[in-house]
Amino acid sequence: MADKKWMPRWFYQLASPRWCYEITGKLLPLFVIAAILLLVTGTVWALAFAPADYQQGNSFRIIYIHVPSSILAQSCYMLMAVAGAIGLIWKMKVADMVAKCCAPIGASIAVLSLATGAIWGKPTWGSWWVWDARLTSMLILFFLYLGIIALNSAIESERTAAQSTAVLALVGLVNIPIIKYSVDWWNTLHQPATFKLTERPAMPAEMWVPLLVMVIGFYCFFAVAMMLRLRNEIIQRERRSSWVRDLIAG
Amino acid sequence: MSFESFAEFIDMGGHGLYVWLSYAIALVVIVINIVNPLMHKRHIFTEQARRLRREKQS
Repeated sequence: MADKKWMPRWFYQLASPRWCYEITGKLLPLFVIAAILLLVTGTVWALAFAPADYQQGNSFRIIYIHVPSSILAQSCYMLMAVAGAIGLIWKMKVADMVAKCCAPIGASIAVLSLATGAIWGKPTWGSWWVWDARLTSMLILFFLYLGIIALNSAIESERTAAQSTAVLALVGLVNIPIIKYSVDWWNTLHQPATFKLTERPAMPAEMWVPLLVMVIGFYCFFAVAMMLRLRNEIIQRERRSSWVRDLIAG
Repeated sequence: MSFESFAEFIDMGGHGLYVWLSYAIALVVIVINIVNPLMHKRHIFTEQARRLRREKQS
């Protein structure tokens, strides 16, 4: 790799499992603190201080779980596909590990999104589930995660497993714009996006500021969950290297 | 505060079950995602330590 110096230095450092293990060890406490602060503040704000919706009343408070988990489930999928692609192209071990660690976290977050959606749908639409484009595409996202977990565990060779799941993840990437634009392309029951890059949210600041706090808090939680899994994965795959032996021997 | 009393806060205008259930599921998902890798880490470390001891003996 020494002759290809067109990538920044950190990109090559990231490729070193040992360097990754050390840097995540330093970053982990910061993200733990950030996640706790943001999620606790956000939850208290969301449950007790944000105003009730004039139409939906207090059931609207489910938005503070539903929207962050839906955003995170999709971001996690994109990270998994991008990491998988990096693993395919540059044969970077750490990227393969990141992609592998994304799947179980993403699947559980997708469950949270679907569950809170159903719980919110009951008092709002009168039904736990409707076969609406947004809900269906989100369900497909969950199945993609399950498929990727199943495929990864079915293949013995780590390298082949990483390659096949990366391809599956990249093919499934087509679902992400479908989720995003489902509310515009089809006549859906689901309301349009709360946050858009180009416009101010349609809700008052007392409602969206705590939502933003929760979204960032969910991202920090994801970083913590991701690093915990990644560190395990590094230790397991590098168990024969001398630095891991020293680490375990203490 | 959007609520007059604690009872009202729990009731959430009749939607208490839905709201609290959502937050409870979120808590469960977060806890699982933290506890699961931590338990796995302990498992890996004890397993690898045992392997190292075995190698030393032989």
